Amino acid sequence: MGRFLLTRLWQSAVTLILASIVIFVGIRALPGDPALAMAGEEASPEQLAQIRAELGLDQSLPVQYLNYMGQILTGDLGRSTRYGTEVSAMIADTLPVTLFLSVYAILIAVIIGIGLGVLAERRKGRWPEWMANFAALIGLSVPNFWLGILAILWLAVGLGIFPASGYVEFSSDPLRSIYHLTMPAFILGASIMAVIMRQTRASMLETMQTDYVRTARAKGLPPSRILLRYGLRNSLIVVVTIVGLQLGGLISGAVITEQIFGLPGFGRLTLDAVFTRDYPVIQAAVIIVTFGYVLINLVVDILYSVINPKIRVGASS
Amino acid sequence: MSTMTSETQNPTHSGELLLDVQNLHVSFGQTQVLHGVDLQVQAGERVAIVGQSGSGKSTVIAAVLGLLAGSGRVTDGSIRLDTGSTDDAGNPRGEAAFEELTELPESGMRRIRGNRIGLVPQDPSTNLNPSMKVGAQVADALRAHGMRDKQAINNRVVELMTEAGIPEARRRAGQFPHEFSGGMRQRILIAIALAREPQLIIADEPTSALDVTVQRVILDHIQSLVDERGTSLLFITHDLGVAADRCDRVIVMLNGQIVEQGDPQQILTDPQHEYTRKLIDAAPTLSSAKALSQAGTVTESQEGQPTEDAILVVENLVKEYRLRGTGGGILRAVDDVSFSIPRGTTTAVVGESGSGKSTVAKIVLGLEKPTSGTTLIDGMDINQRAHRKILRRRMQPVFQDPYGSLDPTHSLERLIDEPLRIFGIGNKQQRRDRVAELLDHVALPLSAAQKRPGELSGGQRQRVAIARALALEPELIIADEAVSALDVLVQDQILELLVDLQNRLGLSYLFITHDLAVARELAHHALVMQKGKLVEHGTVDEVFLNPQQPYTQDLLEAIPGQSLAA
Repeated sequence: MGRFLLTRLWQSAVTLILASIVIFVGIRALPGDPALAMAGEEASPEQLAQIRAELGLDQSLPVQYLNYMGQILTGDLGRSTRYGTEVSAMIADTLPVTLFLSVYAILIAVIIGIGLGVLAERRKGRWPEWMANFAALIGLSVPNFWLGILAILWLAVGLGIFPASGYVEFSSDPLRSIYHLTMPAFILGASIMAVIMRQTRASMLETMQTDYVRTARAKGLPPSRILLRYGLRNSLIVVVTIVGLQLGGLISGAVITEQIFGLPGFGRLTLDAVFTRDYPVIQAAVIIVTFGYVLINLVVDILYSVINPKIRVGASS
Repeated sequence: MSTMTSETQNPTHSGELLLDVQNLHVSFGQTQVLHGVDLQVQAGERVAIVGQSGSGKSTVIAAVLGLLAGSGRVTDGSIRLDTGSTDDAGNPRGEAAFEELTELPESGMRRIRGNRIGLVPQDPSTNLNPSMKVGAQVADALRAHGMRDKQAINNRVVELMTEAGIPEARRRAGQFPHEFSGGMRQRILIAIALAREPQLIIADEPTSALDVTVQRVILDHIQSLVDERGTSLLFITHDLGVAADRCDRVIVMLNGQIVEQGDPQQILTDPQHEYTRKLIDAAPTLSSAKALSQAGTVTESQEGQPTEDAILVVENLVKEYRLRGTGGGILRAVDDVSFSIPRGTTTAVVGESGSGKSTVAKIVLGLEKPTSGTTLIDGMDINQRAHRKILRRRMQPVFQDPYGSLDPTHSLERLIDEPLRIFGIGNKQQRRDRVAELLDHVALPLSAAQKRPGELSGGQRQRVAIARALALEPELIIADEAVSALDVLVQDQILELLVDLQNRLGLSYLFITHDLAVARELAHHALVMQKGKLVEHGTVDEVFLNPQQPYTQDLLEAIPGQSLAA
């Protein structure tokens, strides 16, 4: 297991370095000269050269890259060109909101998705399966911005069950904070929930037909134990893999969901930055999203090896 | 429902009636698959049910256990089990009391399964939960029937695993199934079946997925455990030889009915039903090489020396695999193997799984590169690019699993003429004619050309695989366990076909098999492989009638059906 972790960590580090190079080169490849943008059209060549020297733009690309990496590693993400504030502070304000929302969304998606998936398999051909399939169809096919608007219309404005928008700090009032985020988290998790439900159902259908489930029945075990320990446990191997692939979508989903529900999150920060061409913020956002993506994949891989003992041993024996 | 209360019908065993199946009818959906099966098992008796796949033998036991798959259900008849002599906890109760299993609810059946009837399933590779430690899986069998004390469960698990022949049981209980060999997994399944000391063990082809030598050890073990406890055994097998060797009574099933039953010796020496006679005739035995092609008799024993007339010459073949993650460990899958195949003859490579026989086949086919050594076909080296394309036409493979080796979306015509299309041979009409000719070679009707593999039986599929292999008029066919997935009657037909083709077309075969009896029947020469090494090599008669190596002797002794051959 230790060896597997090390290998996986090493791979993640390499991925991050490669990604950072892509981001770095990508930004340098954008049309427009930052020095010109800062100094204005009428700047003299001397002024431009001075600004370039200040920004380090007169040095070779590899040196620039190393400087840039050095800044990132010391937590210096630069200043917003629009607000003049530290980008790192802006991210520190908004990222927790998004993390909270995402984790909440995943929890809802996993719990309800697996629950509905198991229900659909157990009651196949009857109304619970049809209901679950219908729910999955909606979750998959209806875009979440529209689902979000409908939810605001019916649940918030119409029935008044949930607040239409707004955010409460978790530290100030945990319950109200969870309450406020429930509807956004549900909307954000809807498509993942649908995928989880379908995967769980398909995988359970297969697993419950396996020889080892039959053997478990031949032992005289009660259905609940067979379902959980023999059926679901082995179905989750597939589910986790698929969910891992889906989690990347959370980040883009969060951008839209935060916009709809007026949440002061990282997604909205990024979107605003794009509209106002706030390059330092965009750059930092891309780096953080990349980091998040790599981290999610790492966690999924570790989870996968926990669920599937064959992988664990295969890498360490 | 039949309510017959017939007492012991079988006089050969003195025990009392334990399981009484009367007039059992089972249907899947609208299709009836069992048409009135009567069968009794006495206390302490060993009964074998023999039949090919589709005969309904597995359905009988699924019905007894209440584990019919999908839409299967008992439509008529009764299954009664004596649960009277002991209560559910195993304490003696005195009087006999039969329970009607077909009328028990699911919760009632849970009380029977594992507790009264233990199941040793067929394939050890698929019958253990891959994500659960084996100890826990044995423990589940105990927990299912009310055992709660953790320490007691652990001790009992170790005890059961030890009894089943697993060394270091305490340590190994904490391992996962994939860390065990096939034979060891089967032992775990045996431990599970015996956990509650049931009165009846049902063994559903418990060794058909294992090597012969392992097979024998496992069967011996089941038998001794069953005998020790006085447990009854209902043994399902497609192998009449195994059944005759090990059981008090043999029941032969065909198409959902029992066609014959009785004492094994009586059935073997004086079969009453035509089907039983066919089974006995078809069973490959070591005593006769009845199907042997005459084409090869002109060549004398080659003793591995390359001759002018050899189609295949393999010299000092070595294949090493680097083992992952062990700091550069190396596995010698093939270790300095040399042999040759005289033109028009069959050479069988026999050995257990892991002996390297399939690796040899892959290297000869050019699918794997040897670490060193040469493989010459017609004097050309398969590992030289320039020769490879020419040689691909001169040799063709036939693989083990006719279900996996044919693309299910293609018609037979497309499957068979694919090699012709790849090599751009003939026009459409010529290819069509060739396919017709090939179908005729393998005794399939021309009308089958537009069918898809899904519409064919296993034997028919293997005929298609052979037709495909013959399309390019190869001289050498490499058959890797080509008949092991088939029922014994079908196997017999395919072997006959192979010999017939050899006679007509002068083919040479490299025939990889774990089944020595098949090798005996088909081959002129035999190679015995063990752990990558060629341990014995000679004509079939030399190897089989006068084996020099202890390993070969072991293999020969392990073959079931000695009583059949006698």
